[in-house]
Amino acid sequence: MTAWLFPALTQMALIMAIAPLTGGVMKTLKARLQTRRGPGVLQPYRDLYKLVRKGMVRPDTASWLFPAAPYVLFLSALLAGLMIPMVAADAPLSLFGGVLAVVYLLGLGRFFLALGGLDTGSSFGGLGSSREMTISALAEPAMMLAIFTVAIGVGSTNLSVVAHTALGQSWRFFAPSQMLAFAALLIVLIAETGRIPVDNPATHLELTMIHEAMILEYSGPYLALIEWGAWIKQLILMTLLVNTFFPFGLSPGWAVGSGLLVSLAWYLLKLLLLSGVIVVIETTNAKMRLFRVPELLSVAFVLGALALVSTFLFAA
Amino acid sequence: MGALLTSIQLLYGALAAYGCGAAASLLATRGQWGRLGSLGFPLCGALLGIAASLSSLLQGSVHIAGAASGIPLLDYTLRLDPLSALFCLALSILACAISIYSFGYMADLEPRKFAILAFFYNVLLLSLTLVFTASNVFFFLIVWEVMAGSAYCLVSFDHHKEETRQAGILFLLMSHAGTALLLVGFLALATATGSLDFAAFHHAGARLPELQGSALLLLFLIGFGVKAGIIPVHIWLPAAHPVAPSNISALMSGILIKTGIYGIVRVFFDFFDVVPVWTGTLVLVVGVTSALLGVLYALMEHDLKRLLAYHSIENIGIILIGLGSALLFQAFGHPNLAALALVAALYHTLNHALFKGLLFLGAGSVLHRAHTRNMEEMGGLIRCMPFTAFAFLIGAVAISGLPPLNGFVSEWLTYQALLAGFGATSSLVRVMFPVTGALLALTAALAAACFVKAFGIAFLALPRSREAAEAREASGSMRAGMGVLVAACFALGLGATWIVPLFDAITQQALGVRVSSALITADGWSLIAGGARAGAVSTAAMAAALVLLAPIPALLALGWRRSAARTVGPTWDCGLPGLTAANEYTATAFSKPLRMVFSALYQPRREIQADFEVSPYYPTAIRFESEIQPTFEKRFYDPLLAGILRVAARMRAIQAGSVHAYLAYIFVALILLLLFGVRA
Repeated sequence: MTAWLFPALTQMALIMAIAPLTGGVMKTLKARLQTRRGPGVLQPYRDLYKLVRKGMVRPDTASWLFPAAPYVLFLSALLAGLMIPMVAADAPLSLFGGVLAVVYLLGLGRFFLALGGLDTGSSFGGLGSSREMTISALAEPAMMLAIFTVAIGVGSTNLSVVAHTALGQSWRFFAPSQMLAFAALLIVLIAETGRIPVDNPATHLELTMIHEAMILEYSGPYLALIEWGAWIKQLILMTLLVNTFFPFGLSPGWAVGSGLLVSLAWYLLKLLLLSGVIVVIETTNAKMRLFRVPELLSVAFVLGALALVSTFLFAA
Repeated sequence: MGALLTSIQLLYGALAAYGCGAAASLLATRGQWGRLGSLGFPLCGALLGIAASLSSLLQGSVHIAGAASGIPLLDYTLRLDPLSALFCLALSILACAISIYSFGYMADLEPRKFAILAFFYNVLLLSLTLVFTASNVFFFLIVWEVMAGSAYCLVSFDHHKEETRQAGILFLLMSHAGTALLLVGFLALATATGSLDFAAFHHAGARLPELQGSALLLLFLIGFGVKAGIIPVHIWLPAAHPVAPSNISALMSGILIKTGIYGIVRVFFDFFDVVPVWTGTLVLVVGVTSALLGVLYALMEHDLKRLLAYHSIENIGIILIGLGSALLFQAFGHPNLAALALVAALYHTLNHALFKGLLFLGAGSVLHRAHTRNMEEMGGLIRCMPFTAFAFLIGAVAISGLPPLNGFVSEWLTYQALLAGFGATSSLVRVMFPVTGALLALTAALAAACFVKAFGIAFLALPRSREAAEAREASGSMRAGMGVLVAACFALGLGATWIVPLFDAITQQALGVRVSSALITADGWSLIAGGARAGAVSTAAMAAALVLLAPIPALLALGWRRSAARTVGPTWDCGLPGLTAANEYTATAFSKPLRMVFSALYQPRREIQADFEVSPYYPTAIRFESEIQPTFEKRFYDPLLAGILRVAARMRAIQAGSVHAYLAYIFVALILLLLFGVRA
């Protein structure tokens, strides 16, 4: 019982705590790069605190799906978060499902959020749902190719096995297949989390919104759940990226001790670096027109395919 | 039950019940008892069918029974082996739900129409059961044709509409073309083995010369593929399924097209042993093409039932991906992997029968109450038809392959089979597996987008027409019928570890291995694909965790301040007041980004005509027309049809209408046949 309860509870607390922080760090880093002061890394917590205390308005056109969507989004993201290795190579719930389950759980959240967007009857909601589903569908094959490349190298879709294998052998990031798969997944990460150049998380200009358009009618605690769920999803994808390709410092198990703390420190450092990379990409690029996005995603697909072929060519 | 009665006795019971149902429906014009019997008997038959197939699957035994007909070459041989039993199981569960549903759905039909519909419904069920169990070539072909004929009568039920008549004819034509190919294939097998019994065909294909064997495989693939609706021989499917009455559409999309899959599995795994690599590759490619094009065409549909019909093509593709991988693994000498892929394909077959049946029943309820198939005239149905909406949502989540429902389980198994494929061989073919996996991921994500559209436009927000606004909830029996399938979708999703052992008997029979012990973890909670290190998944645990975690967001967000005001107000819509249904996103608008991205495939054409009086900026009326190119019809079938007509025009010369000439033809044919007979 306690064998999995401690890791599960710890990881759950960590995910829920770190996810808003990652968002805050990225916002601050971005502000600094643009020579602004920025709101401070703790702003997301303040936002959450503010939102949960507010009242909320439910559109009179909406059905029970509208309030259900934030729950499904938050819960599916949280559950997916328990299936990935975070500070220890053993994911708390790795037997519940591997990387495919994580991808599909995030899909479940997106499915309901898109329905929530349509439920309001507002044309912006429909617009956001339509674009979100299109972009995520086009990102899917690239993501799957990159995942397959990693899974084939290890022989498993179980993320704990992937992490253990990565820990066990020498670091081989500079193998062509790894680098290409990393690049493909990075593009997918940017598309899936709605960041520039695919979507602008800061925009509220009606016609350019994607994610923000979908959640336009949500307010108060519902909005808090959606924001939080979205940060958790972003954290999951970032964690997958850093722990799969840069397994440094990952503690093998959940034995309580200084090992876990060191591992946590490493993890935060890696997250910080990846946030930096994403922020630089965001700052140096302009948002793309919607119909340019498929081109970017086909670049990711080609990178994924190349990663796969190089597994085939440079098989050790 | 299996102890009291053997499976074959139960099967006889089911057949007899369908027969009684057909007889009772002829009496349906006489009053209530006939009506009750014409749907009550098939319900009993379906329950007996479930018992028969489950007992056969659990025992893994092969039952043979039958009677000689007295006609040369024809024997009424029935064989209930595990493979037949699985398809009978899918058929019986679906028939059970549809029979319950039909009580309400058919209630307001006038007596004569009721009798016709119920009669052919029973005949179709009877012939479907026989198709899955017949074990003699001619018996099989006869029930195959009875099936096609009764399906034709059902498709043409609303024959006063031009669209329906055309669809019926198209279905019949393509079905016959497929049967012709099957006839050639079966006769070739019969000549090679000297028997007409399916049991004698076991692994007979392996003894054929290679070229002949390959030709036969191709014949069977196309012949059965027509019924399954694989691309490019799919065009009858999106025409015929929508025009049939909805309970029949559910039966057709759920199980009738699976007769094609049954045939392919029967031929490729039973009649042939190990098929050449190119065959497996071809099946895989056909599968990917059908899956991807099926979903892409579905996305552009605004007719709810046509949309579902295109999704049938997509799902047949996913099943074929599993089958193709299984064939390839067998060719490479990996029976265990082949068994994994076969389990994935058959699991998806069972799943698709259930969720597609459910979706068609849901669409039927909408059609019944809102009187339209056009999604652009629906909307807001979740308020007036809450149960139908819930059932449709469950079907939509299941078909999109989202956890924890059944579609996810079979897609997960398919992914695992594809992943394992990379290590199964060193030839270049192995690159195909991960690429197929990526395209399967694209298919699944597009399917999710399509069902967001279907559910969101049809059931959510404001009603777009008066009929939709005034729709009532479906009647009790219709809800019960959908409820059966909702329960089945949950059971097959959450109970995956109890379902997988059912396939053991089939893989044992087809490939000589049992894989369920390798696919289920020791504690019985998780599915695991090959070995302790491989990927694991547990839908039941996921569902449990989702429920257990549920208090967290509730407490965090809503329990924070109980006094947080919850008000209902008009949709904000960026400050625009007065939201009407005309402001809503339409199905056409929803699929617009994908129509642009895949414009090379769709070749969309659009026309905008604006009428104005003063200035073009103040139009008084706008007409918008958008259509996509039906590529297959235009590029493939139109030239084919033109060719056939040209040949027919030439042949008219010998068909002059003169009786003398015809008598002469008959005479010459007779002489030639006699000469041929004497010489042989």
